[in-house]
Parts: sequence; C-alpha cells; structure tokens
Amino acid sequence: MKHLRKQIVWLALGLAGIGLAGLTGCNKPASGNAVSGDIIKVGEFASLTGSEATFGQSSHQGTQMAVDDLNAVGGVLGKKIQLLTEDDQSQAGQPATVVRKLISRDGVVAILGEVASSRSLEAAPICQQNRIPMVSPASTNPKVTETGDCIFRACFIDPFQGTVMANFTRKTLKLQAVAVLSDVKSDYSLGLAKFFKEGFAADGGKIVVEQSYSAGDKDFNAQLTAIKAENPDGIFVPGYYTEVGLIALQARQLGITVPIFGGDGWESSSLVPIGGQALEGCYFSTHYSPEDTSPAVQDFVKRFRAQHQETPDAMAALGYDSAMILADAIKRAGSTDGTKVAAALAATKDFAGITGKITIDANRNASKPAVILTIKDGQFKYVETIAP
Amino acid sequence: MTEFLQQLINGLALGSILALIALGYTMVYGILRFINFAHGDIFMLGAFAGYYLAPKIAAFLPTPSVGAGLVVMGISMVVCAVMGVIIERLAYRPLRRSPKLTVLITAIGVSLFLEYSGQFVFGAAPKKFPDLIPTYPLTHLGGLSINSNQVVVFGVTLLLLLALRFVTLKTKIGTAMRALSFNPEAAALMGINTDVVISFTFALGSALAAAAGILYAVSYPAIDPLMGILPGLKAFVAAVLGGIGNLPGAALGGIIIGVTETLVSGYISSTYRDAIAFGVLILILLIKPSGLMGRKEVEKV
Repeated sequence: MKHLRKQIVWLALGLAGIGLAGLTGCNKPASGNAVSGDIIKVGEFASLTGSEATFGQSSHQGTQMAVDDLNAVGGVLGKKIQLLTEDDQSQAGQPATVVRKLISRDGVVAILGEVASSRSLEAAPICQQNRIPMVSPASTNPKVTETGDCIFRACFIDPFQGTVMANFTRKTLKLQAVAVLSDVKSDYSLGLAKFFKEGFAADGGKIVVEQSYSAGDKDFNAQLTAIKAENPDGIFVPGYYTEVGLIALQARQLGITVPIFGGDGWESSSLVPIGGQALEGCYFSTHYSPEDTSPAVQDFVKRFRAQHQETPDAMAALGYDSAMILADAIKRAGSTDGTKVAAALAATKDFAGITGKITIDANRNASKPAVILTIKDGQFKYVETIAP
Repeated sequence: MTEFLQQLINGLALGSILALIALGYTMVYGILRFINFAHGDIFMLGAFAGYYLAPKIAAFLPTPSVGAGLVVMGISMVVCAVMGVIIERLAYRPLRRSPKLTVLITAIGVSLFLEYSGQFVFGAAPKKFPDLIPTYPLTHLGGLSINSNQVVVFGVTLLLLLALRFVTLKTKIGTAMRALSFNPEAAALMGINTDVVISFTFALGSALAAAAGILYAVSYPAIDPLMGILPGLKAFVAAVLGGIGNLPGAALGGIIIGVTETLVSGYISSTYRDAIAFGVLILILLIKPSGLMGRKEVEKV
C-alpha cells in the first residue's frame, strides 16, 4: 500500500511539473516582443530539408536576399527586419508546430511560406486565427487563400496553371489523348490534375487513363505499364521533382517515348540530376525564367549568382517577391498590426516584382503570366509566356 | 496479355529485392527467435555505402561498367556485414538472456537511431545514386520491355540465393547455424561457439541487405535515409508469409509480395499497394500462422 502511495505521489509531481512547464510556455506574452526597439520580426517556414529540400532552400535564399536588400536601405518604417526561419522538413505536421512557435514564442508580425500547397494549407488556419498575415511565395492550390482574409500569395493559382498546360499541349504540341499520373498525397498535385483535365477536355482532348502514386514511392513501373497499354500521346505528371525524375527514368526504360509534362512542382535544380536524359524534350509550366531579358530580372539573376554561385529558380524569385510585397504592405499600412497589414496587402496593385507585375485580387491571389520551360541538353530553356 | 506479362516482370524485379532483405530477417529469427527491425536500415546503409564508394571506385575502374558494379557491391556488402556485427555486439548480445520484448524494443531503437542519424549525417534530401552499371533496354518482343537492370536484379538475387544455400547446407558454419536454429543449448553443448555463429549470421544477413540496397538504388536511383522503412517492413511481411525461419520461404514470400503489389498497383490502384501487402500478412496469419513453408513449432510439455 505504501509502495502504491509513493507511486501516486511521484506521478502527481511529474504531472505538475509538466503542467507548469507547459503553462509558462503558453502564457509567455508575445505581442510585446514583435516590434521592440528597432526590429520587425518576420517569420518564415520552409522545407529546408527533406524530399522538397530545393524548394525551401531556394525560396529562403530569395527571401533572405530581399530582407538584406531592404535592411541595406534602412529597413521598413525606420526599423530593420529580422527574418526568423524555421525548417518544416517537407513533413506534414511540422508546419503547424513551427508556425505556432513563430507566432506565440517569437512574436512575429507576419509569416512568409510555404512553397508546397499542402503545408501552406496546414499553417494558414493558424495564421488566420491569430490574425497574422501570411504570404505564400509559390503555393498554387486555390484553397490556400480561401482560408481567410489574412492569407495571401505572390503567385498564380492552379485553375490558371492547369489551363495553361492544357492549352499548350493541345494547341502547340497538338496532343490528342493524354494520360494523367498524379500524387495522391499532395493537394497541389490533385488540384492541378483536376484543372488540367477540365481544360484539356474543354479544348477537345481526351484523357485516356489516370493513375496515381504516393509521394515517397520509388517504383512507378506498375502505373507506367498500365499507362503504356492505353497508348497516350503524352503523360501529365503534376508532381514534385523527386518523383517526376524517377517517373521519367522508368517511363523511358519501359519504352515510353512520348513527352512528359507538368507544373511548377518540377522547378528544381535536382530535377535533371535525378531524371537525366529521360527528361529531354519534356515541358513544364512555372512562374518565371532567368532568361527573361528585362533589366529587373537580369539584375536579380546577376546578384543572386554572385551571392550563391547558382542561377535563381522560380522559387527563389518568388521568395524575393513575397518578402518585398510584405514589406511594401507594412510601409503602406504604417504599422505592423496584422489587420492593417492584411488590408494593405489586399490593396497591392501593380507592384513591380521579379516575377512580373503583382496585383492582389479580391481572392488574395496574384494574377500573373505563366512561363513554359523545356529541358534541352540538361538545362531548362524558355519556350513561351502565357498571359492570364 | 502483354500488359499482364510486363506487370509480372516488374513484380518479379521488385520481389527479388524484397526476397534478399527477407532472407536476413528470416535467418536472424531462425537462430535467435527475434525480429531484427533494424534490418531495413542496414539496407539503407548499403545503398549509401554504394553512393559514397562509387566516385572513389570511378577513379580506378570505368564507370558505368559491370566491374565497377561488382566492386562497389562487394565492398558495400563487407561494410554492412561489419555494421551488422557491431550492432549485434553492442545492442543485442548484452540482452541475450533478457525477455524477448526488451530486445525487440532495442531493435526498434536501433532502427530509429540509424534512420535519424542518417538524416543528420547524410542529409534528408534525396540523393541521386550514380550510374554504376550500364543500362539498356534488352528486348522489345511484342511490346514487352525488359530492362537490363531487371535482368541484373534477377541474376544477382539468384546467385546470392544459391550461394546462401551452399553456405547453409554444405559448410561447417552453415551446419552450425542450422544446429543453433534447432536447439541453441544442445548446439552449445556440442561445442559450437554460439557467439561466433550468431555474429556470422548477422554478418551474412547484413551483407545480403547491402546487396539488396545496391540493387534497389540502381533500379530507383533516388536514395534518402528513410528509404529502408517501407521495403524493410514489406520484407518482414514476406518473411512471415513464407514461414519465418525458413530460407526458401522468405524468397518465395518476397516474390509473392512483389508480384501482388505490382498487379494491384497496375490493375486496381496504387493507393492500395501498401494496404494489400499488409492485408496479405493479416490473411496469412489468420489462415496459416506458420507461413506458407513454415513448420509448426511443437511445444513439448
């Protein structure tokens, strides 16, 4: 009996200890720190490691460069910007944790992130609840901004991107019947596949077969064999670059020679290293091309190359633009109050971004042109621009 | 019909790799009556060993080539055999007299340790595995595509299976392994050094896992530290399916799981692919708990 009592006492002490630690963590006053002295804290969450590592690393490099540029001319509202970056490891469940930490413990005034739509969707409700404006650099699934009036994006959305690819394949490549291979674990992939299918059918094309895979899969031979049996003119793969590379490799190994095409999930410096020769002559839609001759883009490309020894991709450019429109909104709002900044973001009009003129519409999305790139000799090459 | 045959070929290739991993599980269970959950991570280490070795070997041998492939596989197998022995010595041997649950939990711990240290040391982003052996499509008869990689996978698996059969049936240490699997106490009484035999079993199993890792990385060239989880789990299912403790059973189990998964993925939906693999496990355990080729354990009272 004495043994049992001793156990109960220990258990109670233990629980009290945990409870105390938890309470002190939760109730730490947050609002005071955000604009203390002369810094404005902005949070960023990105997939710096994991299966979509290049997305996070690129967008972070772009965002950091924007923050450095802004601080070099005195910051915003006379205060320097401090960028607090957290890694969500390309894993579901992580964005919620890191964004909560950024908001409640670090007391940021706004959040920049993420590239992958699934992870933006995870963080958006938290930002909305806390009235912290969130600007996603590159999430294209429409549901992200539908979360609430504090959630914005600096890029176009998938209904547009889907039709861009549908029109391109139908009119320029003149494909009649295509197959669709989408990633069931990704909101982005499922959404883009849906919009592509609608656009392609509306243009008079036919979707002969649909197959799916899960992010993280390595073997796609089964799905590709089923696709090959239907003899399509092309395969639409609206997935992320690691799987796309493997899919292209395996498709060529199975003797499938038709072009494969996709969306901005292909935009990565790791795509060609993984897919190699198999990707020659394939196409994908994205947000910008470093070959754009406009002075703003060329200046950005030059400075980025000097700093990082590699050419900035669309994620880096969008990371830069998302930070810039946020800073511009804070300036116009004259304060870092969430609601005021959100209102200022919503009023963004014709902001000169690297990825084009950014005007935020009534749904908090940007209406921007898309760019089609192809892979030639192992490099991304510009094909054409499609206006909205 | 062509599609069905093609799916069969795809399934056999995948199944061979699972078979190689399953052999390691089954051998360790046969001798120690314990499931080494860290086995899937030895498979991952084999692939990474190959990843780091390949550029070093490319300095001596032309890459891609059969020679380079064999050398890299050989060295990876040795590296993983050593790793297997070290893990056994540090994590499992001290617990040999402990209840089975303890060592099982330790195995899970070792598995998590290898996975997350792997992420820390190698980085969590997928890496491109270098082209070790030349790949070319071999036949296109009547629409069937057999890739040279798939032939290599079958061939190597078959050779390793035969080598394993030779070792277990015709060598002294193989006989010692079999003796230990029947009755460890009696084997020790007969003068068999149980520690050496157990270490050898782990070394052998790990070497096979390393070979599977290289073959897997050659076929699906994106490797990452968590790549061993799912194949490891499926290989475990395969080992149980074939009768855990039974070597030909493990190989058969691997093939069955590989083919079933591929057929389900191609004809029904790939979303169900993993569900089917584990569903098969549940079914077999309900109908024939000792597995397809396993024998019933007789408990003498």
